Amino acid sequence: MAGSNPNAKPMDLTLKVWRQKDRNSAGSMVTYPVVGISPDMSFLEMLDVLNEDLLRKGEEPIAFDHDCREGICGMCSLFINGRAHGPERGTTTCQLHMRHFSHGDTITIEPWRAAAFPVHKDLIVDRSAFDRIQQAGGYISVNTGGVPDANEIPIPKSIADKAFDAATCIGCGACVAACKNASAMLFVSAKVSQMAMLPQGKTERKTRAENMVAQMDIEGFGACSNTGACAAECPVGISLENIAMLNREYLGARLTSENLA
Amino acid sequence: MILDSKIPEGNLAEKWDKHKFNVKLVNPANKRKYDIIVVGTGLAGASAAATFGELGYNVKAFCFQDSPRRAHSIAAQGGINAAKNYQNDGDSIFRLFYDTVKGGDYRAREANVYRLAQVSVNIIDQCVAQGVPFAREYGGLLANRSFGGAQVSRTFYARGQTGQQLLLGAYSALNRQIAYGKVKMYPRTEMLDLVMVDGKARGIVVRNLITGKIESHSAHAVVLATGGYGNVFFLSTNAMGSNATAAWRAHKKGALFANPCYTQIHPTCIPVSGDYQSKLTLMSESLRNDGRVWVPKTKEIAERLRKGEITVNDIAEADRDYYLERKYPAFGNLVPRDVASRNAKLVCDEGRGVGASGLAVYLDFADAIKREGQPAIAAKYGNLFEMYAKITDENPYERPMRIYPAVHYTMGGLWVDYNLMTNIPGLYATGECNFSDHGANRLGASALMQGLADGYFVIPYTIGDYLAQTPYDKVSTDHPAFKEAEAEVIAKNNQLLSINGTRTVDDFHKALGLIMWDYCGMARNAEGLKFAKQEIRKLRDEFWRDVKVTGVNEELNQTLEKAYRVADFLELGELMVDDALHRNESCGGHFREEYQTPENEALRDDENFAYVAAWEFTGVGNEPVLHKEELKFENVKLTQRSYK
Repeated sequence: MAGSNPNAKPMDLTLKVWRQKDRNSAGSMVTYPVVGISPDMSFLEMLDVLNEDLLRKGEEPIAFDHDCREGICGMCSLFINGRAHGPERGTTTCQLHMRHFSHGDTITIEPWRAAAFPVHKDLIVDRSAFDRIQQAGGYISVNTGGVPDANEIPIPKSIADKAFDAATCIGCGACVAACKNASAMLFVSAKVSQMAMLPQGKTERKTRAENMVAQMDIEGFGACSNTGACAAECPVGISLENIAMLNREYLGARLTSENLA
Repeated sequence: MILDSKIPEGNLAEKWDKHKFNVKLVNPANKRKYDIIVVGTGLAGASAAATFGELGYNVKAFCFQDSPRRAHSIAAQGGINAAKNYQNDGDSIFRLFYDTVKGGDYRAREANVYRLAQVSVNIIDQCVAQGVPFAREYGGLLANRSFGGAQVSRTFYARGQTGQQLLLGAYSALNRQIAYGKVKMYPRTEMLDLVMVDGKARGIVVRNLITGKIESHSAHAVVLATGGYGNVFFLSTNAMGSNATAAWRAHKKGALFANPCYTQIHPTCIPVSGDYQSKLTLMSESLRNDGRVWVPKTKEIAERLRKGEITVNDIAEADRDYYLERKYPAFGNLVPRDVASRNAKLVCDEGRGVGASGLAVYLDFADAIKREGQPAIAAKYGNLFEMYAKITDENPYERPMRIYPAVHYTMGGLWVDYNLMTNIPGLYATGECNFSDHGANRLGASALMQGLADGYFVIPYTIGDYLAQTPYDKVSTDHPAFKEAEAEVIAKNNQLLSINGTRTVDDFHKALGLIMWDYCGMARNAEGLKFAKQEIRKLRDEFWRDVKVTGVNEELNQTLEKAYRVADFLELGELMVDDALHRNESCGGHFREEYQTPENEALRDDENFAYVAAWEFTGVGNEPVLHKEELKFENVKLTQRSYK
């Protein structure tokens, strides 16, 4: 059964993959040849093929995170040839296809590298710091029930669209991996600006910006030096404008702080 | 066992309100004395966990992913239905109820579906208040679109990422409760058994997926919101990790499994491209609002196309068969999913399929682009077109998409009563994990509605009724019931690790998927199902003799995770076949070739099969026991479903 490009020839590749037993062990790059890779395979399907081979030989397969394989859950990661989610712009690793590589290529595959994302095993990292940042303020404080009718809050389409653009962040961590300082500013700014733009989110905008930034610092993410590498590598195109907005929100919040602590 | 659905008495429209008044309440100061476990953090689980926390209960929530935000609800594209009638086009709670019962081919419970339609309007209000950025009109009010199986525009959406936005809304509510300390979150933690004490659900045994450690958690009630079991088929639109283990192990502890054969095969997915394929990708059904489905009129043209002698653009308009528009003039390309899928299979079986494999039909946007212009189409479907292009390397603006049906959703699930409680006291099932609201076929944009209805607006009321009658006493996880369950889980994992055979887990999973797809997929017949049952049993025996699982339990071990999930699929697959074989009729997603009208439509047998089939586990390899819950239709007249 051929895919869209029946004439494309299978490829042989050399993979250099980061292997690490667990959080406390030292890791190293290990080389694996793979042969007969179809250009229509996804990158993760190529790794599936390698893992099946390793299993049949009784070797331990390479651990990597993945789930929806549709580019939306944010579970997959991988630093491929020095790029977060590989060479294609606006693409998660699960949506990257082997047709973007050539026969004979050597491909290096590493986990996200950031102090705030310690390695669990091989290519799997711990991104729970992202959850804790969201818990610090990435919400609007409404309980279930007792809310107004949805159409009682008209929101200009342009604002709704912009809020949506920020809200599409999938929380994968590519922005952190791409940043030389391992800064989480793009991730934090996406939520802060989504909610600051919407009328529902304005009530808590000051505490939200302050608390989320404070948590980001506690988690050990680096400072933002505005290189824009995060936005360039973001698979869903979260814009740098959000960082500008976060800076504005944060400054405003600090100047008129409502945090009593 | 007598199945009591506990449907309240009285007029359909008043049942839920009356029931809410009649249920017992837990005093606000006493709520903190109760612990609730929620397994799964998709729409149904996250919304329930957050709401329980807000009410004051102590909640422990579990998910196998690295964050609750990754649950597969996130991948839902098209939208969420609600009977708001904002479009002034004739919608009402009764119409949404009616469409859903009819769409489910009259195999759902009237009272549950009516309640679903009632609370649908609250869901939209709630999500907007949370900051969910739904699509809006220029005037600032919410936009709607239409979806398959309905003739009104009642679907709310956020581009093609509605599930993502709704889940992130529920996740934010959950985060707020985690911050308050009312919910304790356990990510990368998988439920491997249900623990019962004195006949009641009192806790779960879990595996920490990082350390492999087996641990127990006790509570006063357990809610399973663990999604569906479509991955029995190996290839489906489900996430790779979606599995049935939590629900199946609860079934093995006595929870009845209802209507397991009701599987939804979604008509608009990207076709299989090779045997390395790991999953299938759905293209939102909303595409059928503007896309026209067709195949070549004759087998000969289709053959020349497959051989590459001609291209799609060489086929004259007169040689194209827009078969849905031809057969169903009233609904056209917007017929429900089961009808669209079955018709795609029919034309491919006739040899008129396209693509190299012949297992695809066209979804063509040429007319829509001509009518509205490319920018308008891009605004509506841009992200879906991009996704298609990424996967297939073809530009859908220039040539029609190729689509084929794929396993997408499972209408069956754990049997629950009107309170969403299984037959095990204190064990609840919500969202796709239960069987209750979609009958034999789910309409588009109804899964998100049901998950959030259950979690935000139904179970927070009904669980209080149970807890109010439950003593505060906690059960220690040192109780022998917990220790026994832990020992069983450890023994099973160790057994898997000790087989050291020659075939990989994926190998077995693919073989199971093929059996299921060929004999218990879009079309089924008695002979094939009997054959499939024997094949599954053989495969299961071989699995336990010859599977190869590397590593140890006490580590992050993805092979072991897959192995215990597939071990459960190998048991569940047989139950699906049993259910499909016993149901001598066709309805919705269950199409038995022996039971069809002269026009190949599903032929129901209301006299003999208007019931919920709830199966009781009696041991692996033993025949399950069937319990029937008769379905009474007092407000909708059962008719041959027609979309002509």
